[in-house]
Amino acid sequence: MHSINLSFMEAIRKLTIRNSLGLHARAAGKIVELGKQYKSHLILKKNGQEVDGSSILSILTLSCPKGTEMQARITGEDSEDFMETLSRLFEQRFGEER
Amino acid sequence: MIEDSSAQTKTLQGIPVHAGIVIGKAHLVDRSRVKILYQYIVNDGKIEEEIERFKDSIKAVEDQLIALKNGMPERVKDHSFIFDSHLMMLKDSMFRDATIKKIRNEKINAEWAVKKSLEEIREVFGQIEDDYIRDRISDVENVTERILRTLSGDTQQSLAEINQRVIIVAHDLSPADTTELNIGKVKGFITDMGGKTSHTAIIAQALEIPAVVGLKSATQLVQDGDFLIVDGTTGNVIINPDDQAILHAQENQLKFEKYQSSIVRLSHLPAETLDGFKIAVSGNIEFLEEVAAVKGNGGEGIGLYRTEFLYLRNKGFPSEEELFEDYREVAEIINPFPVRIRTLDLGGDKFASKLDISKELNPALGLRGIRFCLKEPEIFKSQLRSILRASIYGKIELMFPMVSGLQELLDAKEILNDVKNDLDFRSIEYDRDMKIGIMIEVPAAVAVADVLARHVDFFSIGTNDLIQYSLAIDRVNEHVAYMYQPFHPAILRMLKFTVNAAKTEDIPVSLCGEMAGDPLCIAILLCLGFDSLSMNARAIPLVKKIIRATSMPQARMDFENVMSLNTAREVRSYVLEHIRSQFPELEERGYI
Repeated sequence: MHSINLSFMEAIRKLTIRNSLGLHARAAGKIVELGKQYKSHLILKKNGQEVDGSSILSILTLSCPKGTEMQARITGEDSEDFMETLSRLFEQRFGEER
Repeated sequence: MIEDSSAQTKTLQGIPVHAGIVIGKAHLVDRSRVKILYQYIVNDGKIEEEIERFKDSIKAVEDQLIALKNGMPERVKDHSFIFDSHLMMLKDSMFRDATIKKIRNEKINAEWAVKKSLEEIREVFGQIEDDYIRDRISDVENVTERILRTLSGDTQQSLAEINQRVIIVAHDLSPADTTELNIGKVKGFITDMGGKTSHTAIIAQALEIPAVVGLKSATQLVQDGDFLIVDGTTGNVIINPDDQAILHAQENQLKFEKYQSSIVRLSHLPAETLDGFKIAVSGNIEFLEEVAAVKGNGGEGIGLYRTEFLYLRNKGFPSEEELFEDYREVAEIINPFPVRIRTLDLGGDKFASKLDISKELNPALGLRGIRFCLKEPEIFKSQLRSILRASIYGKIELMFPMVSGLQELLDAKEILNDVKNDLDFRSIEYDRDMKIGIMIEVPAAVAVADVLARHVDFFSIGTNDLIQYSLAIDRVNEHVAYMYQPFHPAILRMLKFTVNAAKTEDIPVSLCGEMAGDPLCIAILLCLGFDSLSMNARAIPLVKKIIRATSMPQARMDFENVMSLNTAREVRSYVLEHIRSQFPELEERGYI
């Protein structure tokens, strides 16, 4: 479920959208904002479609309602930390109540 | 002499919405989208310069968005995310990097590259299944429009910046535009869009400014600074008139003002028919400043205080204190007469973009009026608290807009009771006998008027919306505006039914739509049995004059005939003929 390849400094994890509104603009914006705090780069993947996790527009085009599972792949020196906070953001429903 | 072709005289015909003649310079407000875009090839040596130009425009728009975001008041800061997401889109690789790449690889100008990027994003978004996310393309469009405006050197004009007395020429004026207007600087309005009851028309009447709407192509034919004659009486607009036309207009202007002042002089006399039948005549207002005009024109109270204005200012939402001060002042000035405060009727064409409510396909049928207030109880309670607190400073009555049935009314009253209990708990004084009424403007409310009448202290019929909803006419759509017919037998029957329901429960019933100020409608409204009529201040003197010249037995005979007619056209020509013979000068002056 959760594997880290140290030689490439890469973290991969499956994440689930838990908030009822799905991955809308505000939630996508939070992902982009989070990414700015790290040097590593995030790629999100759903049904074979890969998008740049630093682009709000690209994330939106994934069109993820509640319950969607996606793969997050982070490459770079602080990929592990980034993955931890990113998972937490998903767990906490992007700070939304429902 | 060579004729200057740019100053060619043209005449346009539109829908007159507020009588009066005005002569002055045009101020063209271009609120339409950036239309003309050219593609051109950029020389190799200039490409980096073109990219810089694009980057500069991003920086400029970034500054604009940050300023807008910081300008939001605390209470709605929660919605400032809309600007955050615009800021992100601005710098998004799918837009920014892709555009730079196009300028570099295809050697095209920044504008064209921006347009191409937008098209690409639009295509990707078009395939998204989720409606909400797909609609975010409108955010991208908003951002690219700002960029294009900046690139073309067109800074967005602010209506607040007008510093010369002008005639506003616009495609359409949104409620947000009109809240920004520097009222003292506007002599008149003309717009391409709109009908007799559009927002522009209502504003023009409230401000007593001559206006013509529905001109279709005014913004294309009028140049900024052109000389205009706007006749809000006939709907005629002359662009670059010759000397003779100006002289003629000035003469008419003088005649109009003379007549108006002659009837204003008599407006303090009571609204009483020849045979002693009395009715109350009051004023509709949108801002505190209009109270003086209502009093000056002989209004006996404020029959409708529309409270949206304070909510639509660019400064953002008003605080409870601001609202309280405003309501208190109105109550004090109009005392001993009452003021009927209508609770917030946001939504519909008064779009609530500030609340980040998603765009509605059909706003007139959407989240507005009491529905909106019940959904946003905190906003509603804050207004109710300020109204209650102000109620001890004069005679305030409260009314809820857009009620469609009993449940909504009960829900609203329950919230009102919560607020009262809270004030009691905090020992804050308010008028415990404050009258509570509803606007009757949804056809469903007419059908259950007998039920509703048992739960309120008064009815006020809002005919503008009632006509719109009953006849299925979008009042801002100029193609169907002609079908907006107060004399439609369906409307007259609904009025009659509602008045009877009110009489059965012995509660007063008033009318506060445009009909109340229409000289043609007065006799009918008298016979229907309304207790009061509320209209814009300027209409009061003439309405009083007509009432004072009416004899009820004669009017009742005419009324019987009117109610037996089957089409709006027949009714209209019947009453028109009567008023023509009684007041021949009205037609000449353009009141009818």
